[in-house]
Amino acid sequence: MEHLNKTYPGGKVAVEDFNLEIEKGEFVCFIGTSGSGKTTTMRMINRMLSQTSGTIKLEGQDIGQMDPVKLRRKIGYVIQNIGLMPHMTIRDNITMVPKLLKWPQDKMNERAKEMIKLVELPEDYLDRYPSELSGGQQQRIGVVRALAANQDLVLMDEPFGALDPITREALQDLVKDLQERLGKTFVFVTHDMDEALKLSTRIVVMDGGKIMQVDTPDGILRHPANEFVENLIGKDRLIQARPSITTVGQVMLKSPIATTPGKSLTAALRLMHDKRVDSLLVTDEAGILKGMIGIEDVDYSFNSATSVDDIMKRDIFYVQSNSLIRDTVERILKRGFKNIPVVDDQHRLVGIVTRATLVDIVYDALWGDEEEDEESDNIHHGEDTTKAKANDQTGAEGGDQQ
Amino acid sequence: MITFLQTYGTQLLMKTWQHIYISAIALALGIIVAVPLGILLTRVKKIANVVMAIASMLQTIPAMALLALMIPFFGIGAIPAIVALFIYSLLPILRNTYLGMEDVEPSLIDAAKGMGLTGWQSIIKVEVPMAAPVIMSGIRLSATYVIAWAALASYIGAGGLGDFIFNGLNLYRTDLILGGSIPVIILALIVDWLLGKLEAVVTPRTSQA
Repeated sequence: MEHLNKTYPGGKVAVEDFNLEIEKGEFVCFIGTSGSGKTTTMRMINRMLSQTSGTIKLEGQDIGQMDPVKLRRKIGYVIQNIGLMPHMTIRDNITMVPKLLKWPQDKMNERAKEMIKLVELPEDYLDRYPSELSGGQQQRIGVVRALAANQDLVLMDEPFGALDPITREALQDLVKDLQERLGKTFVFVTHDMDEALKLSTRIVVMDGGKIMQVDTPDGILRHPANEFVENLIGKDRLIQARPSITTVGQVMLKSPIATTPGKSLTAALRLMHDKRVDSLLVTDEAGILKGMIGIEDVDYSFNSATSVDDIMKRDIFYVQSNSLIRDTVERILKRGFKNIPVVDDQHRLVGIVTRATLVDIVYDALWGDEEEDEESDNIHHGEDTTKAKANDQTGAEGGDQQ
Repeated sequence: MITFLQTYGTQLLMKTWQHIYISAIALALGIIVAVPLGILLTRVKKIANVVMAIASMLQTIPAMALLALMIPFFGIGAIPAIVALFIYSLLPILRNTYLGMEDVEPSLIDAAKGMGLTGWQSIIKVEVPMAAPVIMSGIRLSATYVIAWAALASYIGAGGLGDFIFNGLNLYRTDLILGGSIPVIILALIVDWLLGKLEAVVTPRTSQA
């Protein structure tokens, strides 16, 4: 998507001289108080509302010239009230747009199964009705319904506003994960700054129909454009933001021990022994991350398998070197991994984050600059994290990688 | 009772059939006109109040007067009766259709539109199924009215079970009055029961159980 720009004056000005370009794969949050025009702007993208003047282009094409119905079928749409059809099964709800696009029946069934797997719900839920699911589960379906027809752009209007905090957080993780894995573009309307900071690649702060600031979460935290933005962020967050602007690349260990898929298990074991590590990352000749092997895998299949390729785990969790510590630490801790490979934009292995690194991060966050940490609940929060981590470590067998 | 059936048995069957015939056609016409009209009114809300007011006004004309009014236009017989009963059947169906459609959760309509359903698809796939129970209860109400009022149609020569009742009134014969009234009541109850079954069928399932 390129060149989204639009002016919208009128008797009552809802959105005024709005100019924005959204790149493919971005996660853009519109944030502002009620009546700031954020929802209005979003709804103009799929022509639920039409602008008074100005143009919106989608992949270079003016949407004003497109058939609104066809346009909407190309754009995912998730609303706060979920909007699942109560008289249709989950399967029919998910495949609503594919059905409109006249997909063959078996392809739709396939898709429904794929989609429900994506949101980690059991397959037999497909035959249930929305009323038989919890609110959080319903909105999970609401999210995949917006993706079922391979929509590249998804619009979300305060989708998690009505959910309890725990469910909301789970869904935020899910959406963020989908955006990162599937490369979809999201335009997300919210009034919750935490949500915006957590999810966005860029945040658009709006007030009275005008853009106040457009920047990355980082940029907004570091350089709020004016008082309005500062108030919206809140003092607490501005202070908290300080230790969290470091990227993964800055704290990772830069020389991970890696091998290639072609190597024999004997060679891999020798490498582990030499370097005193319990797992190896696997990359191809160009340094692209392929997988990971652990000592338990080697031990288990030493007699049956010959090369690293046979036993490596391909589907592994990794982080980007330029992602923020703030975004990643929590996810790492929650998933209980021991070692997380770090990759660059080209998916090349550049480093590794170990549990020892995490200890450093938490340590720094707590006592790195003591004088800043007057906020007592801040420390409290930190302590909880440390405790949880300590438990994790005793539970995990084996030590750190390096 | 048995003597009554022996004397009037065939006549009773014939009159019942006429009664069903008149009511069914009037109700069918009512449904054909009022349901689409009710749906249409939800799209053009400006005229909804006007149309509703007209339908309510028609409802207030005394039944006897409306039947008599039909005579100059359609003469006597079944046709004027059907037209009059059709007019009576409109309002309950029209009002329930309109209210049922209006009552559909706006977020569902928004979601349907946002997903790329056309206005027509939204009506057929989302709004009408959701409004179906309310529309059906309007139809049931109309059906009961129409069957009861069809008894009056005999006054303008349309036949039906009303013939027994009017004869009974003229001849001071209670057995004839009852012989006409009881079948009307039974007919109304059976139809209401059948439509109730139909209502259960058209009400969309919202759970597995």
